[in-house]
Amino acid sequence: MEVDYSGDVMTLNMGPQHPSTHGVLRLELKTDGEIVADAIPHIGYLHRCFEKLAENIDYPGIIPFTDRMDYCAAMNMELGYVLAVEKLMGIQINNRVRCIRIIMAELNRIASHLIAAGTYGNDIGSFTPFLWCFRDRETILDLFEETCGARLLYNYNWIGGLMYDVKPGFEKKVIDFIDYFEPQVGNLNKLLSDNYIFVKRTAAVGILSPEVAINYGVTGPNLRGSGVKFDVRKDEPYLGYEEFDFDVPVGKGDYGPVGSCWDRYIVRIREVKESCKIIRQAVAKLTPGDVHESIPKRVKPPVGEVYMRTEAPRGELGYYIVSEGGVKPHRLKVKSPCFTVMSAFREVSRGSMIADVIAILGSFDIVLGEIDR
Amino acid sequence: MESIARLLQLIPKYSELPEFLRALIPVVVSCVVVFALLALAVLFLVWMERKVSAHIQDRLGPMYVGGWHGWAQTLADALKLLLKEDIVPASVDRTLFKMAPFIVFLGAFAAYVVLPFGATSFVADLNIGILYIVAVGSLSVIGIIMAGWASNNKYSLYGGMRAAAQIISYEIPSAMAIMTVIIPVGSLSMVDIVNAQKGGIQNWFILRNPFTFLGFIVYFIASLAEVNRTPFDIPEAESELVAGYHTEYSGMRFAFFFLAEYANMFLVAGVATTLFLGGWTQVIPGSFIAPQLLPGPIVFFLKALLIIFVQMWLRWSLPRLRVDQLMYLSWKVLLPISFVLVLGVGCLAVYW
Repeated sequence: MEVDYSGDVMTLNMGPQHPSTHGVLRLELKTDGEIVADAIPHIGYLHRCFEKLAENIDYPGIIPFTDRMDYCAAMNMELGYVLAVEKLMGIQINNRVRCIRIIMAELNRIASHLIAAGTYGNDIGSFTPFLWCFRDRETILDLFEETCGARLLYNYNWIGGLMYDVKPGFEKKVIDFIDYFEPQVGNLNKLLSDNYIFVKRTAAVGILSPEVAINYGVTGPNLRGSGVKFDVRKDEPYLGYEEFDFDVPVGKGDYGPVGSCWDRYIVRIREVKESCKIIRQAVAKLTPGDVHESIPKRVKPPVGEVYMRTEAPRGELGYYIVSEGGVKPHRLKVKSPCFTVMSAFREVSRGSMIADVIAILGSFDIVLGEIDR
Repeated sequence: MESIARLLQLIPKYSELPEFLRALIPVVVSCVVVFALLALAVLFLVWMERKVSAHIQDRLGPMYVGGWHGWAQTLADALKLLLKEDIVPASVDRTLFKMAPFIVFLGAFAAYVVLPFGATSFVADLNIGILYIVAVGSLSVIGIIMAGWASNNKYSLYGGMRAAAQIISYEIPSAMAIMTVIIPVGSLSMVDIVNAQKGGIQNWFILRNPFTFLGFIVYFIASLAEVNRTPFDIPEAESELVAGYHTEYSGMRFAFFFLAEYANMFLVAGVATTLFLGGWTQVIPGSFIAPQLLPGPIVFFLKALLIIFVQMWLRWSLPRLRVDQLMYLSWKVLLPISFVLVLGVGCLAVYW
């Protein structure tokens, strides 16, 4: 966008302590009045040396650290890691483990998207959706707590199995929740998604064209919001996702150009419904079995390297592990979806208004723990 | 004020006081009474806002302090704010920084002088009443700009500038909407305006003719913007500007901004009640609800509370507009509509 910036350009430092930078992100805004000439993200305030740390810990010990990357979707974070190690070691898991993992991952996806939608409403100035979303997320966290004792950072997926089997009656509770939750999505749409002001604020803002998105390596709902139908669960299935019947929603530009903030937002809402479908099928497929059956006594993968990608709520999560045959990985590299989308932020937000910068940032749904690692 | 002056006559030896004291004391006493009532009303409104928002959001809100549904919560909060350390950041313009909250509050408070709560319960019946409210209400803009500038904080500055632009823009449609009432009444006095609506709900200006009905809608929207309520709360947009012009304020000074915000909210609701909802007059005169049971001030408060409830309802349901959309709404939507309304009311007044 060509904007003639007359007058003085003021530097506005947004963050790291700011209500809507979603954590400790610092944005350096060059503002001309209300218009933002440039928005430079500065990351690293939550850097914890995860990758270096992983070289000094044995394989099972890394799982809790993966939880802390994307703390809104810890189940998906550890799932990607354990799948990578299992692929490296050639471990086969039984059907029960597989279905429980899928149920947990999809429940966590719903929880994560609920946070995304709720905080996005908050960014746009509507506080009520935030609490409605958190109310529903609470039930999911209760289910997790009942299963593994933790509400946020689970350490539940183990290499070759699970920490515990689910409690009796878990299946019914999950189905009850889905039955309750699916109509709630409609309520959220009435309150927020189709609200005239909300649409006006988001539908023509922050256009991320499919070309730009692909060039920057954007994945997940942000890419699908731009109309590109790419989902690792469909295109490179793992855990037997190919047996499940679900759609991959993409942004269609219902209220404006494709790839707007509204498209990215609504893709998440639609994905939540697809996750509900997957959970119903996974519960139906659940067979009795021992979740500790194939857990190795000693995790010592052979020499080699592996790249495993999974579809985390925020996009394609990749783990690249190099093993030299020891109990610790030689190198662990994470390809995090939020980091790649953050690199496109500057291009998307240039020339918008201050309020739009917040709208764009919120629509990317970043989690700083995963960007900085 | 007359009734207070009459009450004061009952004090022994009151008439022996010097002339200027006898003129001054009723003014001071009525101001204190209005201030006390206002503070009480604000305490109640804050509690109400928390309860309304809580129930909209599927929560309960304050439930413990004071026993019944946490009625004393705001009292406790106010005490906390009073006891907090008075922080004046090092790099602020100290004089302006300290003055700003009081000027903002002054603008809100001074307007209450002419608000008729009941047939005889008002401080003064100025013959330019409504004009005075519009004029004094704008005072708070000065305070907000002062706060934004003196804080020496970029977010505060943004908040202050946004607030100034917004309040001044919306003053025009709101004044035009007020005109739709003034033209048929033929007087700027608040008491005259209420008296013109006596005799039940069908005489209220909101139901008198379509122009005044739309005038009410325009006034309501513009007044929302004037008091910085959602969807027009961009000056203090939490997600963008942290807290806007009062980012640097804490403790007592912050409490004054807060007080002013709710006082303004009640003021615009009171003005809307007076202009369009018949003020303190009964809904159905001479009906089963005897005027003795529901005296004027209570009717007034109930009507104002209804409007405030709608304000809160909107606040907790709607997202926030962007600055340019806000200006668009004022200059390109509300302003033309309000001109047409004034024209229509004028035609009615001439040709009916």
